[in-house]
Amino acid sequence: MSVAVAELATRSRVHYLNESYGVKSWLLTTDHKRIAILYMVSITFMFLVGACAAALMRIQLLEPAGAIVQPETYNKLFSIHGIIMVWFFLIPSIPAVLGNFLIPMMIGARDVAFPKLNLLSWYIYIIGACFILYTLIYGGVDTGWTFYTPYSSTYSNSHVFGAAAGVFIVGFSSILTGLNFIVTVHKMRAPGMTWFRLPLFIWSLYATSIVLVLATPVLAITLSLMAMERFLHIGIFNPAIGGDPLLFQHLFWFYSHPAVYIMVLPAMGVISELVAAYSRRRVYGYAFVAFSSFAIALIAFLVWGHHMFVSGQSVYAGMVFSALSFLVAIPSGIKVFNWTATLYKGSNSYDAPMLYALGFLGLFTMGGLTGLFLASLSIDVHLHDTYFVIAHFHYIMVGGSVMAYMGGLHYWWPKMTGRLYPDKWARFAAFTIFIGFNLTFFPQYILGYLGMLRRYAVYPAQFQALNVLSSAGASILGVGYFIPLVYLIWSMRYGREAGPNPWRAKGLEWETASPPPRENFEETPIVTEEAYAYPTRPRAVRV
Amino acid sequence: MASAKIVPVRTYILTFIALLVLLGVTTGVAYIHLGIGNTVIALVIAFVKMLLVLLFFMHLFYDKGIKRLAFAVGLLWLAILIVLSSADVFTRHWTPVPRGWGPDISLQQGPK
Repeated sequence: MSVAVAELATRSRVHYLNESYGVKSWLLTTDHKRIAILYMVSITFMFLVGACAAALMRIQLLEPAGAIVQPETYNKLFSIHGIIMVWFFLIPSIPAVLGNFLIPMMIGARDVAFPKLNLLSWYIYIIGACFILYTLIYGGVDTGWTFYTPYSSTYSNSHVFGAAAGVFIVGFSSILTGLNFIVTVHKMRAPGMTWFRLPLFIWSLYATSIVLVLATPVLAITLSLMAMERFLHIGIFNPAIGGDPLLFQHLFWFYSHPAVYIMVLPAMGVISELVAAYSRRRVYGYAFVAFSSFAIALIAFLVWGHHMFVSGQSVYAGMVFSALSFLVAIPSGIKVFNWTATLYKGSNSYDAPMLYALGFLGLFTMGGLTGLFLASLSIDVHLHDTYFVIAHFHYIMVGGSVMAYMGGLHYWWPKMTGRLYPDKWARFAAFTIFIGFNLTFFPQYILGYLGMLRRYAVYPAQFQALNVLSSAGASILGVGYFIPLVYLIWSMRYGREAGPNPWRAKGLEWETASPPPRENFEETPIVTEEAYAYPTRPRAVRV
Repeated sequence: MASAKIVPVRTYILTFIALLVLLGVTTGVAYIHLGIGNTVIALVIAFVKMLLVLLFFMHLFYDKGIKRLAFAVGLLWLAILIVLSSADVFTRHWTPVPRGWGPDISLQQGPK
């Protein structure tokens, strides 16, 4: 069939993108695929806002005395950067975009269990985002993304209410998404899709959903208590009126440490899919990789005190939290070693999604190992609140989660849009992001080790060279993110037709058309084989 | 849902009355001075009220299997929060505070 005929065939076929037109058909849709696209547009916008704040911070730090803004403004820049990137980009990124789009298709369902709740979760996200944008426009918030008391509850004169309300509201969006995924995976699997035939992406998202449902309410409670102390002067965190000065940090990190795994567990699910597809092998140790997601989800709730080693927390509690924190390395290590074992002697190809997956493997490992430094009680005394911490969690969140999101977006883009992007540009962008990322954040490890503290608008002159290097890296990273934005949008109109399965990958989502019809499948699929059932290579005959 | 049991309205009304009675007892006990006993009684009554709401209003009495498991997991998570936070609160004062490098006041005052 010629290209022109194939193009004509796709255009004449009814799919989720062309079944109806107009703003109303999008704003009132209950189709999980369209809701995923709504989320994608929204979080990309918020990412751009958060990235602008980061760019201004990196320009400010070009000079020891600060290049462009007042210290007060700098405080607002890092606060809004953290709040937006954590709650309005990273947490919804893979679950709400890729999860929404793929979970029903991967398990052979027509939609999620509660399509209207799914749309509601997007509206709640938008309302939360409006509060944050209001806060930004009317002067910003300067508490940092952590809202620590007593600064947030007593002293700050910035727009704490707007920011906290935005975060409080967006939490409900997370809870609804998590609830929807749990019920969908339990109730909507196609005939023959047993638990151990599920793609590992589903196992990861299921574990993530449990964390979302269990942890997010504590964030809402914590912010409510902070508001009660700030506006009603009820003694909860202030010891002068009967509160406990560390209670806020306990409650906040009981949510926010698991939130790290809300960001990285879905990323691990994406990497499992990419590694299998581009090495054309079943993921080595499938069950171990699946259960390690649950181990991570459980241990995530037991380690929050490692954020508080120097807060005045009891040293005995510190010892317990330190020991428990080391445990996270075990299931994380299982995953990394099993992915590596999958690649070993695989039929590997190095398309753009695979480059992102390989980037993830290296960067996540570095981020994870430096986490062990920080979990050690004595080393943390030196490194706490320095740029070492900043570098560590950016290696996890950007080097890990964002790399995986980009990889996943490239891998499933042909499924979402029916079009292929230019592969050379995609590989170029992946390399640019990898180089830019390391140039930005590796110097920050050294800066932190040398003693440069985070959240300062000025710094001693001997740190300038490394700071300039970091800012230069950030500009390369910015270009790396901008290139995919251009060619992905370009590909929606001018990209080649993808066909149902351009990567010859396994999985139910590749068995339906690209873009899929409204109901995902013409008829409900019946699953008869394991996940990743790639044909095995004939064994070499030894003579 | 086919498995959902239809609970008679009488059960809801009786539960509601029980909650109101317990509310009255809580208020009444607050006026009697019992020292630490006030807190203990208030917490016990609160626990009983929570059980009534869970079992009858939220149907846990009639639900089996995974719904009870989901509730148990929620309680387990709450227990983790309370236990590990308490590990800090109750051991904070165990650490001996070093005297520091300054002159020892007890030596300056001479032997007692």
